[in-house]
Amino acid sequence: MALALSDVEKIAHLARLHISTEDAQEVTRRISSILELIDQMQSVDTANVAPLAHPFDAVQRLRPDEVTETDQRDYLQQIAPATQDGLYLVPKVIE
Amino acid sequence: MSDRTVAALSRSLAQGEVSSVELTRDYLSRIARHNSVYNAYITVTEELALAQAAEADARRARGEHGPLTGVPIAHKDIFCTRDVLTTCASKMLGNFVSPYDATVVERLNAAGTVTLGKTNMDEFAMGSSNETSFFGAVRNPWDTDRVPGGSSGGSAAAVAADLCAIATGTDTGGSIRQPAAFCGVTGFKPSYGRISRWGMIAFASSLDQAGPICKSAEDAALMMNVIAGADPKDSTCVDAPVPDYTATLNDSLKGLRIGVPRQHLAEGLGKEVEQALQEALKVFESLGATVKEIDLPNNHLSVSAYYVVAPAEASANLSRFDGVRYGYRCENPVNLEDMYKRSRGEGFGAEVKRRIMVGTYALSAGYYDAYYLKAQRIRRLIKQDFDKAFAEVDVIIGPTTPHTAFKVGEKNDDPVTMYLEDIYTIGVNLAGLPGVSIPAGLSSTSGKRLPIGIQLVGSDFGEARLLNVAHQFQQHTDWHLQRPEV
Repeated sequence: MALALSDVEKIAHLARLHISTEDAQEVTRRISSILELIDQMQSVDTANVAPLAHPFDAVQRLRPDEVTETDQRDYLQQIAPATQDGLYLVPKVIE
Repeated sequence: MSDRTVAALSRSLAQGEVSSVELTRDYLSRIARHNSVYNAYITVTEELALAQAAEADARRARGEHGPLTGVPIAHKDIFCTRDVLTTCASKMLGNFVSPYDATVVERLNAAGTVTLGKTNMDEFAMGSSNETSFFGAVRNPWDTDRVPGGSSGGSAAAVAADLCAIATGTDTGGSIRQPAAFCGVTGFKPSYGRISRWGMIAFASSLDQAGPICKSAEDAALMMNVIAGADPKDSTCVDAPVPDYTATLNDSLKGLRIGVPRQHLAEGLGKEVEQALQEALKVFESLGATVKEIDLPNNHLSVSAYYVVAPAEASANLSRFDGVRYGYRCENPVNLEDMYKRSRGEGFGAEVKRRIMVGTYALSAGYYDAYYLKAQRIRRLIKQDFDKAFAEVDVIIGPTTPHTAFKVGEKNDDPVTMYLEDIYTIGVNLAGLPGVSIPAGLSSTSGKRLPIGIQLVGSDFGEARLLNVAHQFQQHTDWHLQRPEV
């Protein structure tokens, strides 16, 4: 299925990706060609086939709800772009 | 020392013919001399390596060692390594110094391996040629005009050029096996869940699996003995007993039932690869195996289904890279949304962005059933094909790739051309099965010798049998001992 430029803009917004106007045409063309490949799936009837989400149909194991990690906030925040008083800083959200 | 398999190095270390420090210095000097040509390493950890080597020698002196103690290793840059740059070959993580070790790395460190550095790869493991790396393409040691394959291209090139004794890789759709085939080395992808994914930067969580890239099946078994097994930090890692993978390497292949997928011999398979496969099958027959054709009728749909499942999971996994807690943040964001969008837009490369968008689209309202659920239904058909086949045969053998390594730049125009490179490997990931690529020939049609790989696929958790079959082939052929001129 071929996408329109406006579809790609919408998808990019959903994915929180900035795509420049110069790149948008090229991205649209390439994603359309990927979707064409994907559409080969539609050639088989799978009405009676159950979806397989995990190769062995396994379900998640649970573990006891116990604290196993120590507080490493200072160490972990060393690699953050911006912090203050142990908090991560981002641009102001509420005026 | 000409034989630099882990098994051979381990014997030399045990007999005191060489120390780990000497061996490590030798590898570091090889890297210093040759890495500028191959670009196999993103980071070389010289100081860490020498410290680990000294510790390994001390452990050996105290008698506290295993087969891997003192063996120089390289880790794909997708594995988190504590206090060492871990980039996933992306600008997004270009400054990311990991605060913890991946379980695979932790176990190998505990076994005494020496970390030489972090290998180049396709960005976030998305690619089949190692050309999507933010740090530049890797070159194939057999012909530097050609790609090493991907996404674990740096690991495969480093092993082929002997810039490490053994390396780690990861495989989501063929990323261990395809580069192993292109570089003439052994690449082993275990069953899904055999090895912990903790600290392995996630691409597609229902497909990703770590494994060794190495010089022989025996070396793969030696590494598997260290890295396989349950991990409380990864709930998808299966809690099943881990056998000693070296114990069964010498089992006889008498009576082994081999299946060759008819669909893999059809249109698209290069003549030389087919010839090498037929020769290999004769070797197996001479060892007492029987060969018959089998059917994998839905294999042609594996690439389509994969390019829904993998991008869908990737779009969710990569949403964590938002410029807030670590990684790349754009300059002067005007507001939070601008920060998210530009950090991601500038931090990710073109292929990663394409896959995030394909995945976002497949999961978006109104398309979920037609794409994501449809792909999962096809995934079941593919799994059922393998189940049927394994009722009749013990191992499936076919080509790893349609042809030998292609040229840098040759398949960059259309992503779909690149995706179809993985036609023989992707189904194995969708079904969660173990697979290994081993060298089985050298092509000379391009004027340079280029390796040919064959793929062996086992049933669920049939790693030991698979390594046994690969090892027996290597006991009776010498393709795995061929090396490029470095």
